[in-house]
Amino acid sequence: MGSEHDFDALEASRYEARSSSDPISILSIRGVSRRFASARGDTLALTATDLEVAENDFITILGPSGCGKSTLLRIVAGLDQPTSGEILLDGKRITGPGADRGMVFQSYTLFPWLDVLDNVCFGLRERSVARKHQLEVAHGFIRKVGLSGFEHHYPKQLSGGMQQRTAIARALANNPRLLLMDEPFGALDHQTRELMQELLLGIWESEKKTVLFVTHDIDEAVFMANRVVVMTARPGRIKLDRAVTLPHPRHYSVKTTPAFAALKADLTDQVREEVLATQAAQGQVATAGSV
Amino acid sequence: MAPLKAVTPGARIALGVAFFVLFVAAWAVATLGGFVSKTFLADPITMLKSGWVLLTEMGFAHDIGMTVWRVLGGFAIAAALALPLGVAMGAYKPIEAFFEPFVSFARYLPASAFIPLLILWAGIGEAQKLAVIFIGSFFQLVLMIAVAVGNTRRDLVEAAYTLGASDRSLVTRVLIPGAAPEIAEILRMVLGWAWTYVIVAELIGASSGIGHMITDSQALLATDQIIFGIIVIGVIGLLSDYLFKAVNRRLFPWAQLGK
Repeated sequence: MGSEHDFDALEASRYEARSSSDPISILSIRGVSRRFASARGDTLALTATDLEVAENDFITILGPSGCGKSTLLRIVAGLDQPTSGEILLDGKRITGPGADRGMVFQSYTLFPWLDVLDNVCFGLRERSVARKHQLEVAHGFIRKVGLSGFEHHYPKQLSGGMQQRTAIARALANNPRLLLMDEPFGALDHQTRELMQELLLGIWESEKKTVLFVTHDIDEAVFMANRVVVMTARPGRIKLDRAVTLPHPRHYSVKTTPAFAALKADLTDQVREEVLATQAAQGQVATAGSV
Repeated sequence: MAPLKAVTPGARIALGVAFFVLFVAAWAVATLGGFVSKTFLADPITMLKSGWVLLTEMGFAHDIGMTVWRVLGGFAIAAALALPLGVAMGAYKPIEAFFEPFVSFARYLPASAFIPLLILWAGIGEAQKLAVIFIGSFFQLVLMIAVAVGNTRRDLVEAAYTLGASDRSLVTRVLIPGAAPEIAEILRMVLGWAWTYVIVAELIGASSGIGHMITDSQALLATDQIIFGIIVIGVIGLLSDYLFKAVNRRLFPWAQLGK
């Protein structure tokens, strides 16, 4: 490929921004918190959180339900605003969503009126890339996610796994600085999910992308990441940030190695503690409510 | 017969036709059997004969043409104005807040009640007929289109933004294409309602049209002609409905999937 790298203006502006900031970190999350106001009172979903993401990191974020991991990802995407703190991408403050941060959602978000090819072209067309070039890029990514021959299928004609593969191709076709994934395989069956993990890992190894990946599947988190971040029960904050040094390219058989098992056992304990804390907090609320 | 179990296409047609046959048979028995006086209800055979006379000798084809033209004309004007306003209301909440209360009020104003006023303002010419159709369909269209556009899945909106969509292209590339099949269905439904308004408009102060023929026939107690006129309206309505459905299926094949 390589053809997707010549959106000159965009690349140039990114390069300038990068040169003026930390050379290693491309994304800086600084003191980001989020409070949701509701009739019953405010809920602090996320306490002031800091995280530095380096070029080519694959960070998986683990945590119990409601710990604010999806909220954090949505704030990075610009789909939600932090109550305090700021996020810098290549030294520039994030104020809203943009093509430099591609996102894959847990729900199937392909545009049902567009076929696979035009879904993948969506972002390119938005930037008025010539149609010939759009098709070149789109076909390349459709091949990478293994959907050649399905270019003219509508989303409803595809299985869940195929829809998510298309969504990954659609996000990658934009050549984003950062790929944000919010439990993208959460709705898939176990076998499909494992294949998708290998597919994504293979793409990450070859494309040199930077990925933030939210999940509650510890296997998935360890298998794909070079860093696993565990968050605490609500109000969420980062509890630990662990490097995963399993060698690349990773084959699915790595899941049966002792190193993998040890890391998984440790993280399972860490996450379990938070899940129990969440349940205890909910129990308290329930008891208080029944009195 | 189990609930919600599909019926085969052949059986569906047969059952649909069977009701029409039964209906006409009951009508024939009631009238030809002498159970109902001819003054009140003509029998099916007389109805068809006078229909033929209407078409061949009394220029009824011209009346049908006038009525169709009025419906399509009034409806086209209403749709042309309701589409941009409905889309704008669905997409932009301040615009919706500004127009929605008035439009909600106006949709309940009966179009036929405006006829005396419209005759005063526009005379008894074509403008008055078109205005009745317009009032009857415009407000309904605006509200339903606004709802269709406003109901766009939020996750699709968010996906479009993360792909770099601007606010403007969110409207043109997500909200409008996403709502298009539903808007087409709304147009089909409201066109059906427009047919009922046109006849009312033609009952008063018209010199042509199906409604006018029906008023004339009433004076002559020609129930055969009245029934023929009503049936013609029904048939045209049914045909336009099928045509609309066929066009929608062709235009939006993706919306048919999985149905």
